[in-house]
Amino acid sequence: MEKTTENILEIRDVSMIYGQVKALQNIDLTVRKGEWLAIMGPSGSGKTTMMNIIGCMDKPSSGSVILDGREISGMSSRALTEMRRDRIGLIFQQFHLISYLTALENVMVAQYYHSMIDEAEALQALERVGLKDRAKHLPHQLSGGEQQRVCIARALINYPRLILADEPTGNLDEANERIVLDLLRRLHAEGSTIIVVTHSPEVAEYAEKTIVLEHGRIARTTRNAD
Amino acid sequence: MTKRQMYMKMLLSSLLRRRSRMTVALLAIAIGATVLLGMTTICYDIPRQMGREFRSYGANMVFVAAGGETMLSLSDVDRAAALLPRESLVGVTPYRYKTVRSNMQPYTLVGTRFEQVRKTSPWWKVSGAWPTTGTEILIGSDVAEFARLSPGRTIAISGTNAKGARFSREMTILGVVRTGGVEDDFLFMDLTALEELAGDAGRVELAEVSVAMNAAGLSALSALIQREVPTIAPRLVKRVTQSETSVLSRLQALVYLVTLVVLVLTMICVATTMMTVVMERRKEIGLKKALGAENRSIVAEFLGEGVCLGLGGGLLGVAFGWLFAQTISVNVFGRAISFNIYLVPATLAASIIVTGAACLIPIRSATEVEPALVLRGE
Ligand SMILES: Nc1ncnc2c1ncn2[C@@H]1O[C@H](COP(=O)(O)OP(=O)(O)OP(=O)(O)O)[C@@H](O)[C@H]1O
Ligand SMILES: [Mg+2]
Repeated sequence: MEKTTENILEIRDVSMIYGQVKALQNIDLTVRKGEWLAIMGPSGSGKTTMMNIIGCMDKPSSGSVILDGREISGMSSRALTEMRRDRIGLIFQQFHLISYLTALENVMVAQYYHSMIDEAEALQALERVGLKDRAKHLPHQLSGGEQQRVCIARALINYPRLILADEPTGNLDEANERIVLDLLRRLHAEGSTIIVVTHSPEVAEYAEKTIVLEHGRIARTTRNAD
Repeated sequence: MTKRQMYMKMLLSSLLRRRSRMTVALLAIAIGATVLLGMTTICYDIPRQMGREFRSYGANMVFVAAGGETMLSLSDVDRAAALLPRESLVGVTPYRYKTVRSNMQPYTLVGTRFEQVRKTSPWWKVSGAWPTTGTEILIGSDVAEFARLSPGRTIAISGTNAKGARFSREMTILGVVRTGGVEDDFLFMDLTALEELAGDAGRVELAEVSVAMNAAGLSALSALIQREVPTIAPRLVKRVTQSETSVLSRLQALVYLVTLVVLVLTMICVATTMMTVVMERRKEIGLKKALGAENRSIVAEFLGEGVCLGLGGGLLGVAFGWLFAQTISVNVFGRAISFNIYLVPATLAASIIVTGAACLIPIRSATEVEPALVLRGE
């Protein structure tokens, strides 16, 4: 085992089978610390399924997943919750904010489940995504792009080892897509590991490596020259 | 901000900012608590109300002659009445029966003291007026109907006195009495006037006594009278004392049953509402789990909302229940209800427990929500 290049994620021969559907078949994948990986592929190819496994929200039918040095495929759901809480930051296509809490409170919810609540820090996170003056607004008072930025603030509040984004720009116009991608780029520059699922080749261009899934298998792997 | 403050903030925001569904649950709990508090208040108060009413109602002891005699002497009645505690003695009414004829028809004429009748038989319904002189008469409603008589008319009665001589007298009908009992077939006049007609005085068939006292006290008095005045056999009127307790306990059982049914209905309503709420909020629950919420956090949040609903509904129920009980008491018993303050915490506790219990199954299904669903566009 080589310890020189530190891997944050090692996936070995992972398959995911839903009844008859083979959503993932014999996947092997390694992600280094600080790497930015894009996952592409047609609809139904298994991208979200893979994110759920990496994000400790689902267990694979077979194979081994080592996240931050720990094997998660045999973990109890309680231990998975802990992994999720301590190591993963999630960004969704549909934003998923809690409708009855303000932007600031939505960020603090992540602190609440993680450890301590630090309002100043939560406000700082909102400032980073340019929404300090919208802290007291409810989600329905924010635009889609602003909601997604709140999601990003929430995803990074607990300093996760790994940021997972499933089509983060899928519901956004170009201007907001740019803002979100710039935010991700800043995070990456600061050393965060990012895995992003996308349909858009422009978004994938930001990543260092792109894998393309087809019918649950990795069809291609490409490295982007900077 | 501490975690506890954040918990309260999430709880209150959820309750206040997503009102519509919660209002249904709150209303259900409020209705349940209203019925619970109202009914238990009435149940608690009725025995006291009714006890007072029943005790001042009607005779609960009857004096008859001991040792196979048919008549007892009025002086013995007075001696026995003197043994009863003055402050609880409501009335003593002697009754003397005499068979008379009117228009060839036989009637039972009863001699009594009307001012005492009104104390020992307050339920008598008299249309017209009560007689005050010896020539005035009160007739039973069946007699009035049968003989087509009404107040203001006269009735001629005749009979034989103690010496075997015939008497007859024209009496003015002052009122018609209706009790639903044997009294409806009788004629009533003043005892002293009847004694004059009958030609002998100082003896009656029975005397009805009304004492404000419970069953145990009555038995003790009965024993005392038997010992001190052996010519009198006191009988406790079982009909009244028994009905007092059996009516009450049946009424209470009914009220408790109704309350139980309402509580079960409340629970079902709250449970289905909470189930819908959990279904509507699956995304939110999945999101919280994806953010790292443990099951006990999810349980604590939903149970917290349940307890708040229970408390809110309980408070509304206390207010409305008090109004409800007060209205019933004023309308039925004609007096304000005496309110037991301990029923307030009891009602609040009951509504919190009922709501909490109703939330158990919905909360269980909330913990079963998979975090994986948030990434899927379900
Ligand atoms: N819970 C499930 N039960 C059964 N089948 C499932 C389940 N989740 C996913 N699948 C199936 O697994 C396959 C992969 O689904 P997945 O959501 O990973 O696709 P995707 O690449 O994310 O597609 P899209 O681009 O449309 O989001 C699909 O055929 C889907 O129908
Ligand atoms: Mg998908």
